[in-house]
Amino acid sequence: MRIVCPFCGERELGEFTYLGDAKPVRPAADAGEDAVFDYVYLRDNIAGVMNENWYHGGGCRAWLKVTRNTLTHEISAVEPAPGAGAAKVDA
Amino acid sequence: MKYSIFSLARAALSGHKNWQRTWRDATPKDRYDVVIIGGGGHGLATAWFLASEYGVRNVAVLEKGWIGSGNAGRNTTIIRSNYGLPGNTGFYELSMKLWERMEQDLNYNSMVSQRGVINLYHSDAQRDAYARRGNTMRINGIDAELLDLAAVKKMMPFLNFDNARFPVQGGLLQRRGGTARHDAVVWGYAHAASGLGVDIIQNCEVTGFVRDANGKVTGVETSRGRIGAGKVGMAVAGSSSRVADMAGLRLPIESHVLQAFVSEAIKPLIPNVMTFGAGHFYVSQSDKGGLVFGGDIDGYNSYAQRGNMPVMEDVCEGGMALMPMIGRVRLLRQWGGIMDMSMDGSPIIDKTPVDGLYLNAGWCYGGFKATPGSGFVFAHLLARDTPHEEAARFRLDRFRTGAMIDEKGQGAQPNLH
Repeated sequence: MRIVCPFCGERELGEFTYLGDAKPVRPAADAGEDAVFDYVYLRDNIAGVMNENWYHGGGCRAWLKVTRNTLTHEISAVEPAPGAGAAKVDA
Repeated sequence: MKYSIFSLARAALSGHKNWQRTWRDATPKDRYDVVIIGGGGHGLATAWFLASEYGVRNVAVLEKGWIGSGNAGRNTTIIRSNYGLPGNTGFYELSMKLWERMEQDLNYNSMVSQRGVINLYHSDAQRDAYARRGNTMRINGIDAELLDLAAVKKMMPFLNFDNARFPVQGGLLQRRGGTARHDAVVWGYAHAASGLGVDIIQNCEVTGFVRDANGKVTGVETSRGRIGAGKVGMAVAGSSSRVADMAGLRLPIESHVLQAFVSEAIKPLIPNVMTFGAGHFYVSQSDKGGLVFGGDIDGYNSYAQRGNMPVMEDVCEGGMALMPMIGRVRLLRQWGGIMDMSMDGSPIIDKTPVDGLYLNAGWCYGGFKATPGSGFVFAHLLARDTPHEEAARFRLDRFRTGAMIDEKGQGAQPNLH
């Protein structure tokens, strides 16, 4: 599996770190216990095309949104992911 | 049929042409008291204990492929009970005790070999952690020995003791740990369960659940027709989320791929199961001579049953750091299995919020050693509707209530467990 970073070009997988499913959004502080439980622990665990957050720590150190098929490892799109994880990207 | 010295001699003297089938390949009936989805080690063990221990014999095991074609046939065969947290300690020791009597119970040679499991330590902090774990084990009646460097050198003189970065300082040894032949475990349970009347139905994929007006599960839709059930148990490992989704459930589980490796056969070298605590590498030698080894999961969601190069490289580096002399041994084959990684690294054995549906999942990559214990406690839950005392903490709602069993202390990050 190789990932085409929009900033660095095609790089090998070892340069990247996986954060996980890009879909869960941190709930508001007053959203309640169920929303927090859902966000922290429950997963769609998709068998098929999934949007994920990856960190290009071995390259430009940007967070990326990768569209990948979990059944085949085929990657159909890679975009900058502003606001994902700890780092910000001015896309 | 029952194996004995006479049946083996008879089969041998007749040129091995008269071996009987070891289990019936059953055709589905209309209804069972219990239907178990998944013909892996856990599903088959559950069926066996339902029939032998809890007297529930009208049982079917449904397998979408052939039995043992999933993770049971892919794992690295290690058995042990060296756990430190309440919930895990007692459960894995229950499982270990069942391993020790499995061949007698099943009348099947599952090649259980108590050759010892040693976790090497490489720093003072790691020694302290292993000493603590060993003490926890011994308080709970489980065997554990903390070995110093001299004892490790005597036992495994071939290790690289001059590693400047991760010098071997000693190890935590569980002598009762070891290996078992994974295929024979599956076949043994199938053999024994089938003998007590359990129907093992292969090439039978579950495509949906049948529910009554109250939402209770009353059966399953399969590729071989509708099958009614008093209760349905799920033991489908990497497919837990997908099967639960058919019942409208979301689980605290991510599916990840774990790779394992076998080298070409060499002369007897490694006397036990070894783990390289500094780099997460584990290895044993099969009875055929191949080195069987593995390391971390690949670390991203996958259902692909194949891994990628960075982990392969990392695992081989771990092996080389420990035993530089294996550098010229060729890798024979590699494979990947799909792990249902739970959010705290521990299993889930519980009723689900859906009436009539029971869950056995979240084994991460530690499911094989749990096979007999998992079957025993899941059968208890299915037969009695209450959790077995050694599995009472493996609750589905423990993430909501804060009663996690986080053996590695990693938090809700499945790819770090």
